[in-house]
Amino acid sequence: MLSERRTLLSGRTRAALIIGAAAVYLLGVLIWGGLLCPDTYAVHYENKFIAPCRDHIFGTDFMGRDMFYRSVRGLSTSIIIGVLAAAVSSVIALIFGIASAVFGGWVDKVINFCVDLCMGIPHIVLLLLISFMMGKGVKGITVAVALTHWPGLTRIVRAEVLQIRSSQYVQTAYKMGKSRFNVAVKHIFPHVIPAYLIGLMLLFPHAIMHEAAVTFLGFGLPAEMPSIGVILSEAMTYIVTGKWWLALFPGLLLLLALILFDAAGENLKKLLNPMSGNE
Amino acid sequence: MRLEAENISFRYNSKSPYVLKDLSLSIENGERVAVVGPSGCGKSTLAKILAGYIKPQTGRVLLDGKPLPEKGYCPVQLIYQHPELAVNPRWKMDKILNEAWQVPKELMDKMGIEEPWLKRWPSELSGGELQRFCIARVLSPETRFLICDEITTMLDVITQAQIWELLIEQAEKNSLGMLVITHNMALADRVCNRVIKLTE
Repeated sequence: MLSERRTLLSGRTRAALIIGAAAVYLLGVLIWGGLLCPDTYAVHYENKFIAPCRDHIFGTDFMGRDMFYRSVRGLSTSIIIGVLAAAVSSVIALIFGIASAVFGGWVDKVINFCVDLCMGIPHIVLLLLISFMMGKGVKGITVAVALTHWPGLTRIVRAEVLQIRSSQYVQTAYKMGKSRFNVAVKHIFPHVIPAYLIGLMLLFPHAIMHEAAVTFLGFGLPAEMPSIGVILSEAMTYIVTGKWWLALFPGLLLLLALILFDAAGENLKKLLNPMSGNE
Repeated sequence: MRLEAENISFRYNSKSPYVLKDLSLSIENGERVAVVGPSGCGKSTLAKILAGYIKPQTGRVLLDGKPLPEKGYCPVQLIYQHPELAVNPRWKMDKILNEAWQVPKELMDKMGIEEPWLKRWPSELSGGELQRFCIARVLSPETRFLICDEITTMLDVITQAQIWELLIEQAEKNSLGMLVITHNMALADRVCNRVIKLTE
């Protein structure tokens, strides 16, 4: 009985459970929001500003739209943009990081300069600038978020490759007659992939948050497209008149999504660490 | 076969003093040579140069009159002082053991490598246990010279004796040349035919 309990609560099982729960919630919101019928959050002027009740659990807004369905739809949009941007950003980071460590010399210098440059400019300013230049909208915001999130991950990948490249077991493998490609695939890749995956997971919340922030400031998604940023920015107008539910519930949904992405990333780190292999 | 070092000089950068200066030595196959000397006198650097891990500023390392091969299995193999750094922590032990060649069962038994260890991660074995793997994986028939850089320093005396006995047996069977780097004069006298003293 005791041993059964221990396996149930072991570190790896718990980590896998948390990742599973996060995946179910996020995928659920993504799919549900994507398939949601627009009628569910259609305009009904007769129902405007209803406080949360049984029919509208998140209440309704100034045009009588149901906030629950609108928030789910909005979060789904945010997740799609976040995933897309994080995927692009992480591929840029992987290529730059490995190139920087493998080629060294001026390639390394140029990439490091770009990283410092991107990190030196306030993030949100760069986001607004790129989004505005690309003509706002879905395209603008996705490109902006995708092009500004690679520097941190590039550094992680570069440091990881540098460290492994000079390690004794890689040197020994070369002396055992293994080719560069073989060593890269069998020795270096397995080391970089966990750091990369975790970096990718931890990029999602950033990307989603920045999407919401830029949209909130009016440089992102158009007002007719339900998104958490749009909802929050509209809520700003009414919050002083006591319409608290307009900001609270969408905000909480966003927060929950961010926390779950973060928890999934952290637990993935635990799962991929060989030190916990027998836990 | 003969492993030669011709007038080797080495320093880590252009400002630092020379670690090795105009050093020459040669090892015949079947010969076991000990290198002793105080800490920091360049013993490990010499080991890395002879195994081709680093290039000396002047002089060269020759194997039968030719430079060491750049590609393919290097006939001169180095065994490191710290086995835990010389194995990939993300590989299981059987993959590590058989990276260069398929280690036969009888060699594993002789080295005291136990079957269940093969299914473990490197972090689950002790330094001494790991070192047996590091030694066994380079004892392939292609190896002509072994450079042993303080390979038994972390082991207890009984295991040390076992490992050296086995290494000597293997060296005689395959007529390997060995360069043994150690602090232990008694070990050097016992194991080797010839002792080279390095000074600073």
